Amino acid sequence: MLKTFKLGGVHPAENKLTVDKSISVLPIPKIASIPFSQHLGAPAKVLVNRGDEVKVGQLIAKGEAFISANIHSSVSGKVQKIDNVVDTSGFRRPAVVIAVEGDEWAEGIDRSETINKEISLSQKEIIQKINEMGVVGLGGATFPSHVKLMVPEGKKAEVLIINGVECEPYLTSDHRLMLEKGEEMLVGVQILKIALGVNKAMIGIENNKPDAIKHLSELASQFEGIEVYGLKVKYPQGAEKQLIKALINREVPSGKLPIEVGAVVNNAGTAYAVYQAIQKNKPLIERVVTITGKSVKDPGNFMVRIGTPISELIEAAGGLPEDTGKVIGGGPMMGKALNSLEVPVVKGTSGILIMPDEEAGREEVLHCIRCGKCTHVCPMGLEPYLLEKVVMAEDWERTEKEKVMDCIECGSCHYTCPANRPLLDYIRLGKNKMGQIMRNRAKK
Amino acid sequence: MNDVLIYSIASLGAIGIAASVILYFVAQKFKVIEDPRIDEVEQALPAANCGGCGFAGCRAFAEALVKQGDEKANLDGLNCPVGGNETMAIAAKILSLEVEEQDPLIAVVRCNGSHANSPKKVNYEGAGSCAFAHNLFSGEGGCAYGCLGLGDCVKSCNFDAIHMDPESGLPVVNDKCVACGACVDACPRDIIELRPKGKKDRRIYVCCVNKEKGGPAKKNCDVACIGCGKCVKVCPFDAITMENNLAYIDPIKCRLCRKCVPECPTGAIHELNFPIPKVKDAVKPNQPEVKDVKKIEKPEGDKKLVAEEKVHDSEEKTKPGNSEENSSKSSN
Amino acid sequence: MNLLRVSGSPHVHTDNSVKKIMYGVVYAMVPAIMVSVYFFGLDAVRVIVLSVVACMLVEFLIQKYVLKTTITIWDGSAMITGILLAFNVPSNLPWWIIMIGAIVSIGVAKMSFGGLGKNMFNPALVGRVFLLISFPVQMTSWPIPVPIGGTALTDAITGPTPLGIMKEGLAAGKTVQDIMPDIPNYVQNLMTGFQGGSLGEVSAIALILGAIYMLIRKIITWHTPGAYIGSVVIFSGILWLVDPSQYVDPLFHLVTGGMMLGVFYMATDMVSSPMSAKGQLIFGAGAGILTILIRVFGAYPEGVSFAILIMNGFVPLIDRAFKPVRFGEMVKG
Repeated sequence: MLKTFKLGGVHPAENKLTVDKSISVLPIPKIASIPFSQHLGAPAKVLVNRGDEVKVGQLIAKGEAFISANIHSSVSGKVQKIDNVVDTSGFRRPAVVIAVEGDEWAEGIDRSETINKEISLSQKEIIQKINEMGVVGLGGATFPSHVKLMVPEGKKAEVLIINGVECEPYLTSDHRLMLEKGEEMLVGVQILKIALGVNKAMIGIENNKPDAIKHLSELASQFEGIEVYGLKVKYPQGAEKQLIKALINREVPSGKLPIEVGAVVNNAGTAYAVYQAIQKNKPLIERVVTITGKSVKDPGNFMVRIGTPISELIEAAGGLPEDTGKVIGGGPMMGKALNSLEVPVVKGTSGILIMPDEEAGREEVLHCIRCGKCTHVCPMGLEPYLLEKVVMAEDWERTEKEKVMDCIECGSCHYTCPANRPLLDYIRLGKNKMGQIMRNRAKK
Repeated sequence: MNDVLIYSIASLGAIGIAASVILYFVAQKFKVIEDPRIDEVEQALPAANCGGCGFAGCRAFAEALVKQGDEKANLDGLNCPVGGNETMAIAAKILSLEVEEQDPLIAVVRCNGSHANSPKKVNYEGAGSCAFAHNLFSGEGGCAYGCLGLGDCVKSCNFDAIHMDPESGLPVVNDKCVACGACVDACPRDIIELRPKGKKDRRIYVCCVNKEKGGPAKKNCDVACIGCGKCVKVCPFDAITMENNLAYIDPIKCRLCRKCVPECPTGAIHELNFPIPKVKDAVKPNQPEVKDVKKIEKPEGDKKLVAEEKVHDSEEKTKPGNSEENSSKSSN
Repeated sequence: MNLLRVSGSPHVHTDNSVKKIMYGVVYAMVPAIMVSVYFFGLDAVRVIVLSVVACMLVEFLIQKYVLKTTITIWDGSAMITGILLAFNVPSNLPWWIIMIGAIVSIGVAKMSFGGLGKNMFNPALVGRVFLLISFPVQMTSWPIPVPIGGTALTDAITGPTPLGIMKEGLAAGKTVQDIMPDIPNYVQNLMTGFQGGSLGEVSAIALILGAIYMLIRKIITWHTPGAYIGSVVIFSGILWLVDPSQYVDPLFHLVTGGMMLGVFYMATDMVSSPMSAKGQLIFGAGAGILTILIRVFGAYPEGVSFAILIMNGFVPLIDRAFKPVRFGEMVKG
């Protein structure tokens, strides 16, 4: 029996079109816009001015708050302006716009391909360095990694879980990374283990990637304390809480962090970024992005500099198809629909999905027929139909009681609803309102 | 047979008497002494329970009125926007107090980003809720400050006073508005403001809340305030302030001279209910600059002004069904 | 090029829809329709067609002229109600009674609540119970099935159902063993449908076939029928073990009357059953116990429809009381 989580889950069509496309390097863009807020938490504080010359890897914005992250220039050139640009959030937000000149790297960055397995830094130094290099969780939530690695007092990390699940349909960036950079990734896992002070790491990979499971299992035998597990294909297995449940059969209590059950989850891509940061001294300035879609001419996986406009990425994949209806940053289940093609690639962009118009539209919304499918598929054991109802009625007390804040926004309910009800839309609205109410309460 | 009759009458009667005695004592014991004026004041209130006064309902407001009347001997800061000055005068009379007359307010929609002025750049699909769309993206027209057109304000209104205009995609307030403020709270983008109704319903306001610099603001919307500051310079009463690239007309300082209206290069300053042919009537004697005012008749390329007036005139014709249609469409 | 679309995630949707679910149920009822036509002949066709057309017509008229909303008669739900209503009446029912049944089912039990998804009670059952109470004679004179090309069991044109025979016999002071010979070809005929009864309820096999189809297509889950059958077997089994001369064995209860029809097609009606798995178990178990209570101790020989309707009334309470298992409730499993 393959491991998996117990409650709910759906199985959307996988559509992993780019599974055989190896990672190629996307040319450096002419203009890169690097937003200050590419991570969860406070935006970083800008350090450069208009007209400044910057090099690749140079720190251009510093994360000063506790939950924040440093931002480095991914290109070399001149700062054209510091202005608002539309980013993946759909809003105009401050960013550094750099006119690219050449490709000049800052000193001290090792760009060679040789794999360095010797880890010379101590626990504290590692966390410090990860902070400096601006590494954030690359799975999508972009939580600053150094914060995640600092185990709060009174808690003890027992196991490090590496998320190689990639349960989102279409996306293959982690899959390709595990295949092509597996060894570097495992060194990254070793570094993360030291940072956490644990001696066991588990890598969870869904069973639809047998090549990655095989490859990593072979490599893992060279390292101590790393185990690779194949998991049954079920969405949303890549969600933190579900993955912990699947691998070590522990449930993170409502409103708590995974450390509560002794686990820390990091994405496979993050492990690779950690390797680059620690062993190669290379900040997080590029990442693997899958560009895919059914009518995209030449879908693929690309190593992309942060700040590259997605229009260049689309160009590299053969241009925007005629029938495009929606452009999504991320996967189809949790990604964000973008409202502009000039949006820059940020640290959290794991893929760009271009959907044809006939698939992109939402169908007519009917009355709830109380089929209960949403309740059956909710991985958190919530009742989405009820949450929708109470949010519509603005009954916030009931909304809180029905644990709206537990929702992980995986979208399974909305996906499965035969009446096409926008369940997650209303649940998100409810979460938002509840957040406000709870903040107000905390103030008092 | 008679026995049965007598017994049953007697026993039921006894139970009745016993119960009434118990009830009497219980009523005495738990009697709540309440100021009879609260009831009287409540009678005078409109019983709309809209919460426009800031209290949970008319009863709560009546209690607050009586309490403050007793404690401070004034009714400052308390106002029933629905009933207006008349109602407050009656309430004050019951409490034998005086109440200051207050200017009646009305909700004003400060966005003119209609489909024509701010063309759609993307199509929104999903929940018909501004509050949700507000968190999702900047808006179909691209303006992150403008009206989302999904009608949260319409849903919040208990007085049938605000409707979506299907043509422009913007809400329109009609005369039924009592300034309860429900729509102001409902709008996630703080577009709606309560402003004094003005004499003869005449109002001048900046119909934009975009805080971005001129360029990006204009890019998304033809009639955005671009923060040029011309209106600030021309205003003789210092009523206009400029903050975050956005002009704001203080309704208390504004004397409705209308100098700023033709000055605005994007037509973002709106005037309402000024009779266009009889320009002179509206001009106060201390503003002799008739020339400028005449321009209003044909504001530079500003169809919106006329359209706005038309809408205002024909508001009664706007069917209540419009809003429902609109919201249901958007929820599909 | 089109304008880009913007919406909240998810951006993909299952190809399931209300219509597909509803027509799935209709397909699942095809075997039972065929069996009923086999046993009751053209009369069965007449009743089913009449009932379906009447139900759809009533829905159309109400949506068009009373509610003035969009017409949704082709979403399949009215068709299901029509077929279920036909399944629940004898094949010789006059046409006007069927019309009344359709008006009550769709008009009163469904549309007056607001249409599909809002009705508290199963529309077909409400119609059936209304007819049963209003026209007891017509509703309980079941024709003896005559298979096409075959011969009837008795010479009579109409006769009571096995449940009726049992009930009367027990009331007359006989024991189960005394009555059994009166019920022809016990298991074999009851399973295939060679028994007196309403149109669609006679053949347990055909109904189970359809139920398997619905289970495979995930239109229904096992919870409600499982709990229903389980509680019927356990409850009637206890009674049977206590006194086999007074109480019939569980298998008899399962294959007679409207049990299979009720268990798989009416108790599982999405609209009027609970949402959570736990709730469905409670719902099914409650309906099972009520059915046996009515059959064994009540005045009517058959109790499935009443039991399901009573449990329908409890659904809001069940939904409130039996929440699904929340993630994280079992701390450190």
